[in-house]
Amino acid sequence: MRLDYRVIADWIRPEASVLDLGCGDGELLSILVKEKGVRANGIEIDEQAIYKCVEKGLSVFHEDIEEGLSGYPDESFDYVVMNGSLQQVKKPDTVFKEALRVGKKLIVGFPNFSHYSSRLQMLFSGKVPVTPSLPYQWYDTPNLHFLSISDFRGYCKLRGLKIEASAFLSKDRRVGFFPNVFAEQGLFLLSK
Amino acid sequence: MGIPDDSVGVVETKSFTFAAPPHEMPLESGERLGPITLAYETYGNLDGDRSNAILLLHALSGDAHAAGFHEGEKNPGWWDSMVGPGRAFDTDKYFVISSNVIGGCRGSTGPSSPNPQTGRPYGSDFPIVSIKDMVDAQRHLLDHLGIERLLSVAGGSMGGMQVLQWMVSYPEKIRSAIPISTALKHTPQQIAFNEVGRQAIMADPNWRGGNYYEDSPPARGLAVARMVGHITYMSEASMGEKFGRRLKESKKPVKFSPDFEVEGYLENRGESFVKRFDANSYLYITKAMDYFDAVGARTPSEIFKGLRAKVLVVAFKSDWLYPAHQSQEIVKACKWAGVDATYCEVHSTYGHDAFLLETVEETRLIKHFLTSTFSRRYDGHEKATSNEIRLPGNR
Repeated sequence: MRLDYRVIADWIRPEASVLDLGCGDGELLSILVKEKGVRANGIEIDEQAIYKCVEKGLSVFHEDIEEGLSGYPDESFDYVVMNGSLQQVKKPDTVFKEALRVGKKLIVGFPNFSHYSSRLQMLFSGKVPVTPSLPYQWYDTPNLHFLSISDFRGYCKLRGLKIEASAFLSKDRRVGFFPNVFAEQGLFLLSK
Repeated sequence: MGIPDDSVGVVETKSFTFAAPPHEMPLESGERLGPITLAYETYGNLDGDRSNAILLLHALSGDAHAAGFHEGEKNPGWWDSMVGPGRAFDTDKYFVISSNVIGGCRGSTGPSSPNPQTGRPYGSDFPIVSIKDMVDAQRHLLDHLGIERLLSVAGGSMGGMQVLQWMVSYPEKIRSAIPISTALKHTPQQIAFNEVGRQAIMADPNWRGGNYYEDSPPARGLAVARMVGHITYMSEASMGEKFGRRLKESKKPVKFSPDFEVEGYLENRGESFVKRFDANSYLYITKAMDYFDAVGARTPSEIFKGLRAKVLVVAFKSDWLYPAHQSQEIVKACKWAGVDATYCEVHSTYGHDAFLLETVEETRLIKHFLTSTFSRRYDGHEKATSNEIRLPGNR
């Protein structure tokens, strides 16, 4: 199992309700249903991924997450997950606020832009970095925004959010030492 | 040509008559109708605990013949590629019922049926029927078949409206619902297209206020109504692909003759429709669609409150008659009510006709959706209670 999925699954309490924003082919939601017996829901914009979710027996909405959240009453879910989708939406701040309204807790995962390999590439080649967690060329990337773990901590402070737990990953291991430099991915469990 | 192995084979339309006077069925209008005959077909077998029944509901011009072949006929039912052994509505697993609607002319009681008070066809004396009345009549059919709870209820377009009405009228009687290419209510644009069709029928001198059954019917008016309908069922792209600007024949055109292929197609569709459809039924059924309003005086957030059924909403990209945003309104109502729902907007260029044609994608969705509904049919209720999303409005 992917380590980020492992971390998220450990954070979520059994029988909770979970909304995964940008759920892809439903791999994480399937794990959560099997391991935690959660009531799972997903929103995904890719049609082929929707078919795969339905094949897994998941309940999902074929929608843009920038529009799909307005339909939910406040605190409809115990957890809203945005793993790898925050940096891909047009208006992260707007989506983030909506996700906070709809969920009691929020789980956010994103590629860390200030990983040392990005820093070195910028410094020595003078080019926009291409790394394992940010594998795209500038002209063909789904990522519209670039943020670091430090940026995100600052953002949580700005929005008055409590960081209940965090995890920093690099490939298949956890990073404890200077995560803003050595982690490729940051994961946060947030509450209001 | 032989019948394929995964077809339900040769089938017959059956009928069920109920509500004999003085026990007529009350209609939404306040009037009463009886006796009522409902035409229906069934495919597959009902299992021992009667938990595998699925009800299919047809669109405006459809009928009970959803699948298989009638004796001696070359063309199968209207959703044949979806119903059969191994198909989306798998008749090896499920007992599939396809019901006609009241107001129709394909074996069920409608304006062309004899009025018991006069012995002659009702004509315009037939009471106004609604989508709710159609669904109420189907409920009687289910009682007759001994089915207390349906595994699913599914249909596209007006069939989807009936699905929505089932969700609103009899939520406890369905385990799941599949509304396809449909809407909670018609927009003025949808009403307008229906009105052009109705006006075409009523402008035909043969219509005679609806009492034409002893003379020739308003065939020209009905054909024009059908032509308008067909335009709205297709998309610009699908028409372009199918006809382009091609001419029917290469010879020199006569003034105002239908020279373009698209003209010939519409003419042809109109002509073949009048052979199987009654003009008055067209008036009554389109009115039922226009008056349909699943929301009514409530707010959309209230209509599915307490609904335990799983819902699969399907829309198609090029459908401009029932555009995807109307399906998203259904989805939104489900979200507000905390209903376990799935939504897919399938890519297609076929327009509204897509729900009858894009059966590969529909199969992918419906087959798995039904499997997961079927597998939780016994423990579903308990599970839903403990795992329910707790919403402010749904405690």
